[in-house]
Order: sequence, then structure tokens, then C-alpha cells
Amino acid sequence: MSRAKIRAKLPTKSADPTVDIELTVNGERVSAEVSTRMLLSDFLRHELGLTGTHVGCEHGVCGACTVLINGVAGRSCLTFAAQAAGCEVRTIESVANKDGTLHPLQEAFRDCHGLQCGYCTPGMIMNILSSFNSSAPLDLSDEGIRDIISGNLCRCTGYQNIIAAVRQAAKAMSLG
Amino acid sequence: MSTKMFGARIKRNIDPQLLIGEGSFVDDIPLAGALHVAFVRSPFARAKIKSISTEFAEQHPGVAAVYTCDNIGALDLELPQLIPHPCMDSPRTQRPLARGDVYYVGQTVAMVVAVDRYTAEDAAALVDVDYDPLPVEIDLEKAILDGAPLVHPTHPNNIAADLVQISGDPDSAIAGAEHVTKIRVQVDRSTAAPMECRAVAATFDKVMGELTVWDSTQGPIAIRGGLASIFNIDEDKVRVIAPHVGGGFGQKVLLFYPDELLVPFAAMQLGRPVKFIEDRRENFIGSSQERTQIHEIELYAKKNGEVIALVDRFLHDTGAFIPYGIAVAQVASTSIAGPYRIPNIRVEFKAVYTPTVVVTPYRGCGRPQANFAIERAMDKLAEELGLDRFEVRRRNLIADHEFPYLRKGLLFADGLPVSLDSGQYHKALQLLTEKLAPEEFAVQQKAARGAGRYLGLGLSFYVEGTGLGPYEGGHIKIHPITGKVYVNTGLTSQGQGHDTVFAQIVADQLGVAVTDVILVEGDTKAFDWGVATFASRAAVVSGNAIHKSALIVRKKTLAAAANMLEVSADDLELRDGAAWVKGSNRSVSLAAIATATNPLRYAFNESAKAATQFAPASKHDGPPLAEGQHPGLEATDYYSPPSATWAYGVHGAIVEVDPEICAIKIKRYVCIHDCGNMINPTIVEGQVMGGIAQGIGGAMYERIEYDTEGNLINANFVDFLVPYATEIPPIEILHLETPTPLNPLGVKGVGEAGCIPVAAVIASAVEDALRPLTHEHFYHVPITPSAIHAALKKAAPAN
Ligand code: FES
Ligand code: FES
Repeated sequence: MSRAKIRAKLPTKSADPTVDIELTVNGERVSAEVSTRMLLSDFLRHELGLTGTHVGCEHGVCGACTVLINGVAGRSCLTFAAQAAGCEVRTIESVANKDGTLHPLQEAFRDCHGLQCGYCTPGMIMNILSSFNSSAPLDLSDEGIRDIISGNLCRCTGYQNIIAAVRQAAKAMSLG
Repeated sequence: MSTKMFGARIKRNIDPQLLIGEGSFVDDIPLAGALHVAFVRSPFARAKIKSISTEFAEQHPGVAAVYTCDNIGALDLELPQLIPHPCMDSPRTQRPLARGDVYYVGQTVAMVVAVDRYTAEDAAALVDVDYDPLPVEIDLEKAILDGAPLVHPTHPNNIAADLVQISGDPDSAIAGAEHVTKIRVQVDRSTAAPMECRAVAATFDKVMGELTVWDSTQGPIAIRGGLASIFNIDEDKVRVIAPHVGGGFGQKVLLFYPDELLVPFAAMQLGRPVKFIEDRRENFIGSSQERTQIHEIELYAKKNGEVIALVDRFLHDTGAFIPYGIAVAQVASTSIAGPYRIPNIRVEFKAVYTPTVVVTPYRGCGRPQANFAIERAMDKLAEELGLDRFEVRRRNLIADHEFPYLRKGLLFADGLPVSLDSGQYHKALQLLTEKLAPEEFAVQQKAARGAGRYLGLGLSFYVEGTGLGPYEGGHIKIHPITGKVYVNTGLTSQGQGHDTVFAQIVADQLGVAVTDVILVEGDTKAFDWGVATFASRAAVVSGNAIHKSALIVRKKTLAAAANMLEVSADDLELRDGAAWVKGSNRSVSLAAIATATNPLRYAFNESAKAATQFAPASKHDGPPLAEGQHPGLEATDYYSPPSATWAYGVHGAIVEVDPEICAIKIKRYVCIHDCGNMINPTIVEGQVMGGIAQGIGGAMYERIEYDTEGNLINANFVDFLVPYATEIPPIEILHLETPTPLNPLGVKGVGEAGCIPVAAVIASAVEDALRPLTHEHFYHVPITPSAIHAALKKAAPAN
């Protein structure tokens, strides 16, 4: 603790093998040297600073880490960064309108009080957007919406307000 | 006057930031060159440590340091026991890193610090610990028998605490009883499972001598106090910040988890930022849990169903240590008589050490277990006396005119006797009756049975002592440049929307937009008097403190504005961010008033220039600040509740049970709820619905499972079943608002309410549904398909 004490030299790198990757994240070309076992979630969060993607379980169950990979919802905790090479990745940071106003789905989450702590929210939103983007017909019944978000855990809200938000957004976006 | 914000369904201030992915949770804080922690954890529930060898781990490339109990200096200690109580004999607490013994699977034995988490985990696997395993007993009832293996040799029969509380004269009442109902109920262990696991990051600035810690805790002020004392640094040089926190539900207020001390220690030792980001498995095996209790409850009644005495004996599983004291068991024991008059009570518990993760409050804190015991017993009493379940409750509910209703002799967690302060219990039950229409339901039920379908109705009434003291504070300051109102309190938020509800309280007093009130909490540099966020206390305790401070700032603002506008304060109103002379268009903005009340002001901006166009804000002779006067518009005040405020409610559900696949479907779920005056009904409903979802988890799905060796065998989200949207039904909520007489805002707490009665509702409904198939009772939650299967197999229909 004393200022006089000279610090021991500490390591700055692991001995992990690395690989060069190139991919598109939120429309920007990104190239990086990453450890071969680095998860896409860690890459986005800690290498690119896109910390809006959250990590809730790292075993593929909670959906907090969901991002769009080539337009389709994917678990970034079950994907290696190296696997995303050549892909187009979209994260929550790309969802709001360019002028800073909220996307209709984000707006609907706010209107309906569809978030409390907000930890599950980015994953929820990316997953819902994936369904909105898909060519499969959208079922906006209660059951249908429950099914859309059935891969995302939320420990705060009890889901009811999220269901209302999905319906409001789909309406605002003239879907379904 | 502008519209009142208190009571309005205002959208939350915090949401846009969270929605665009710009929240700041601990692992989001950028710390250049941060090192990462992984722990070596005990694989045995009870063992002696023969030796620890860290040599290979230290040599692993990328490793900065490896710590065991031998090189952590002042941290090699038994952690403090937070809440002493005379019924505990030398309470045991954990050491940050094990010395000599381990007491549960998951206990921290060594800590590796490395360049990244991947490397730290690799190296943790290279730490060689030689254990000598000891026998264990996981079963709560067997653990207290003579000869059972002991968790701590110091504690015979594994008894950590034993407490009897008596209210009234149960012995005489029992002698006069005409009927007794006795049941045994069990609630199994669960866990809070916040979506963000726990996290701690620390950095030490050796030039400034300052330690900064980001901790996903519910109680940063206490963490700061502990760090300052254990590390022997001035409190002012330690800053603890709880940034955005991804859910807590009680689990994030242990004081201290080992990592909360070891991470700052490593940051100071190594001179680099250090972080520990708990993973999900660690959250299961290393962060506290709650719920296991076994109650034997007896209701002594008259033939008409009036309960005149209650006797309850229960075992409470406290895990391997008891850092939080008897809080959970005490809350359970003092909530045992629920909303009922029952004037004579004897309640006894034994808190039992088991070689498992430590037990501390998880949302509900003993209340769900107490509710399960009393409400299942009320159903059984109704059954035995041939009464309707609604009717037996009606006959025992406390009437409106009987408040405050004192249970002398039962001391609540705040050390004060239980005194139910207010409510409309009968009206609540009436509303539920109207919503669920039990008579009409009986007709449908009969028709459905004819068609081979099994519908059931269940209900449960609960009370919740909320808003525990001792106190919280509120600091309010109107900024001279922007006119925005900054508010501080000593709490943290894990999603409850404090920034909005507290803003609503302030907006009403100062006539500003809710979005112009900015709450900064969870940072010891912003405000460092206070307790923490738990026990459904934020709205009650901080809410009233902030309200009191707002009244002072309002008074100061009006006085200064009256001087500036040369009118009497009575002729002024505060709205739209300004003070207005009533019935005129003359006004002065809050920014200008705040500027004018500062004797030294530079003309930075428009409001400063505007301020000069008015008369002085203060009229006095002598120096610019009169004796006792402060610059600006600012105040701090505190609120200390006289005792807990008691919220309550009654839930009911209609379920369908499919006896083929033993599945329960909740067809309707109705909640009647009263938390006094609501600051923001939308947020109240959010709290209630979230609580009910957790309650449904505990009633039907979630069970922490230990094998007989003490291994937690479902430490992941695949096997521990947190409900998805597909498991949670729509919830119908009706509010009653009975203001508490105990505080100026008339508010009671709501955070934990939702989860309390759910297990009893579901059990009551499932039993009702299956009556034609089995006379078994459902006295054990969660009610899994296997439990239903067992009940169906065990008892053929009696008639
Ligand atoms: S963090 Fe990826 S699914 Fe949970
Ligand atoms: S809002 Fe907290 S987990 Fe969903």
C-alpha cells in the first residue's frame, strides 16, 4: 500500500493461442486478434466495449446474452468469437433510432413497465426483434407471445408487462 | 397547482438508459488492465484441509497471484456476526478463505488472480488441496438427533439458536379449546437467482490513498464501513459504489461475502484493478439461499371455527454459518398468526446448522414459510369443522376497528413488539370472493369433474411487516445552473424504480417535472448515512426522509422567492420549475432562486443574470450569510419509523390438475393487495407480479437439491427451474389503499409481498382439484409432478 513499495511486474497476457478474426458488428467492420476460446459475449463486452449484451448463466439457458447473428437470435455465451468471423452481429446498442429516440419495441418496454433491473432486457429485445424480423407468421395471442420469449428468463417482472410490450410494439410496427 | 405526481402512473426515469444498452452494471465498468479472480472451492461438505499447494498455479502463465488463508494478512479472520441475539450461543461465521476446515461444498479455499477469467480458472484447477472428508448429515430433522455428525464441534445437535416467544396465555386457552388441528408442513430450499450474479471490482489509487470498490450489493454503506475497519483506512478514503444492480432479492446483502473483502485486498496488494464476476454455478454454490423450514403447527379452536390459540414449533435450516443471526426464523415466528386475531400464541424455533451454503433472507424472509404453515392449517381446520375456507378466515380476521392490533410478547426483527397498524382485511377477502365467485366456481368444478377434468380453487391471506428502521436519510439540492433537483439517499436500487418514485415525492413539493429530479444513490461519496435496501423498506423509510427534506427545501424556496418577488410566501405557488405569484404571470425560476441564495455568484448563465433582476433572496443585516443560514436551496433530513408498517393482501387462484401427467395449470390468479398509499401503482404492480412469479417458482418448480453427501446437484438453470413466461399466468390485481397512520406519506412496503402467499394458494387449489381422486394433503412445497403422482398413488378416493 505504501507509495515507496515497488510493485512486482505482473503478467499482461495469457498463453492462450490466438486467431485473427474479421466481422461486422452493428454495421462496422471489426478485425481483432482473439484467444481461440474467447466467447463472443466476452469479445463484444470487453474487447469492443459493447456492454449492453449481458451474461446471466453462460450455459445457454437464460437468454440474457442474445444477439443477432446474421439476423437471427443467437446465444453469444455459447458462441466463440472465432465462430462469428465473417458474420454480421447486431447488439442492443444498434437498436435505437439514429436520432437517439427509442425504437418502438424499446418505447413499448418503457410504456408497459416491461423492465425492472433491466438485466434481462437487452437479450429479450434482441430475441423479440429476431421474431419480428423472421418471415414466419407472428402469433400475437398471449400464448404466442409467451412462446416468443420462452427462451429468456426474467427474475423481476413476472413477464406480464413484457407480453404487453411485445403486443404494443408489434402493433406500432404494423406486424402480425 | 400542477397535477399531483404522488399516486400517478409515471414512466420510469431510468428506463431509456437500460433499454439502449447503456446501463452500468459492475462488469460494465471499464477498468484498464484489470486482473480477474477465480476461486478454488471446497468439493466436500465437511472436511479437514491437510495441505494446500499453490506452486503449479503460481507458475501458470498469466497468473499474478494466488492467495490462501496464509497470505491474506488481516483478512484471515472469522467474519463479523452482524445481528447478535442472546438466543445464539457463540454464533459461527465464515472465514474469507478456509483455514483448517471446510463446511460446505463451494466454500472458498484459495483465490487465483490472473490476466483473465479463463486463465484464472485454469490455474485454480492447478491448486492442489488435500482434504480429509468428514461424515455429514444434510437432513434437517436427523441433524438434530443425538449422534448426528456435527457441522461445528462447538454446537451439540447442530443447534445454532433456540427461541420461544409467547403472546397471551396459550396454556389456559388450550385447556378451553373445543377442537385442535395439527399439521406438519415443509418448505424446501430455494435461491434468489438474480439474473446478474454477484460482482465486485476494485481499484486502489496509491497516490491519493483511495480505494474504490464497485459492488453489486444492496448495502454499500455497510460494506464501506467494514472495508475501512478491516483494512484500517479512513472511511473517507474508501468509496463503495453499487451501480446498476441486476436484481438482488436479499441475496446481495450478506456483509461480507469473501470476495467483497478479498478483491479490494488484491487490488491494494497488486496495484492493478481486480474484479470478480461470479458465474451462475458459483451463485448456486457460493451465494446465500433460504427457505427450508419444517413447521408443526397446532390450532386450538372453538367449534364455530374461532381460533383461540396457536402453537408452532419449527426447525429452521441456517446453513453452515449464521452471519445474519436469527432474522429469517424470527420474522417467520412473528408472522405465524397472519391476519388473524388469535390472541394466544406460543412459537418456538430451533435454527440448525447444516453443511450447506449459508442461509440469509431471500425475498419474503421467513414469511412464505409462516404463511404456508398458518394458511394450510386454516384450510385443514375448515375441513375438519365442515366450514367453508373463506368463512373460517372471515371468522378470525382482525376487524378494522381493532387496529392497532398488538401481539405483546412477539418481538419482530426490529426488536419491537408486533403491532399490526391498519388495514381492511374483511374488505380484501370480500373483494377476492367477488372476483373468484366461489359458489359459481363450485358449479363449474362439478361440471368439469363430470367431464373428467379437475379444477380447484385455493386462497391464502398474508400480512407483511415492512419498512423496518432504524432510519434512512434524504438529501436534496436544487442546482443553481440548471434548476434540476438532485436527491440522495443511502439505499441502492436493483430494479425497484427508486429514481422515479422518489422523484414523484419531490416533484410534488417543489413543482418540478419528475424527469428533472435526479436521484443518486448507492454511492458512499454521494451520501453515506443509512442502512440498505431490504425488508420492503425503501419507500417507507427513505421515501419519508426524502419527503421531509423536500418540505424543508420547499419552505426555503418559498421564503427566498417571496423576498425576490416582494410578496408574501402565502401568495406563491411552485410549479413548472418556478415560483409564481398566484393568479399572475410573475415568476422566478428555481435556478434563479438557487443562484440568488448563494451570496457569491458568477454570472455563468441566464439564470444567474435573471437572478439579478429581482430583489435579494434574503433580507437581513450583517454578513452575507446570516447566522444559521446556508447557501443555496438544500436540506438533509432523516426518518426513523416508530415501528414496522404492516401491509397485507389475499391471493386466490383457480387451477386445473391433469392427473395423467401430474401437471398443474394456473387458469386464473387474483391478487388483492394493500400497501397503503401507492406512490406509483404501475411500479407497485410490477413488484407484486415479479414477487408472484418467484412465489410460483417456489410453489411448483424451484428446489435446491443436495445429495446425501452435501453436493448441490442442480447448480444450473437447466436443472433448477426458474419459471419462463410459459409458466407464469396472467395476474389480476386489485388494490386497496389503507394509509398507515405511522408515517407522513401513509405508505407501507411492497417489495416482498407478492411471493409470500403463493405456495399456500397453489397447495390449497391443487388439494381442492384432486379431492375426488385423493384425500392426501399438500403440505410440502414445491409441489412437483412427482409429489402429485405420489399423492395419487398413495390414497385412493375415500368415497
Ligand atoms: S448467458 Fe447466454 S444464455 Fe444465459
Ligand atoms: S428486469 Fe430484472 S431480470 Fe428482467
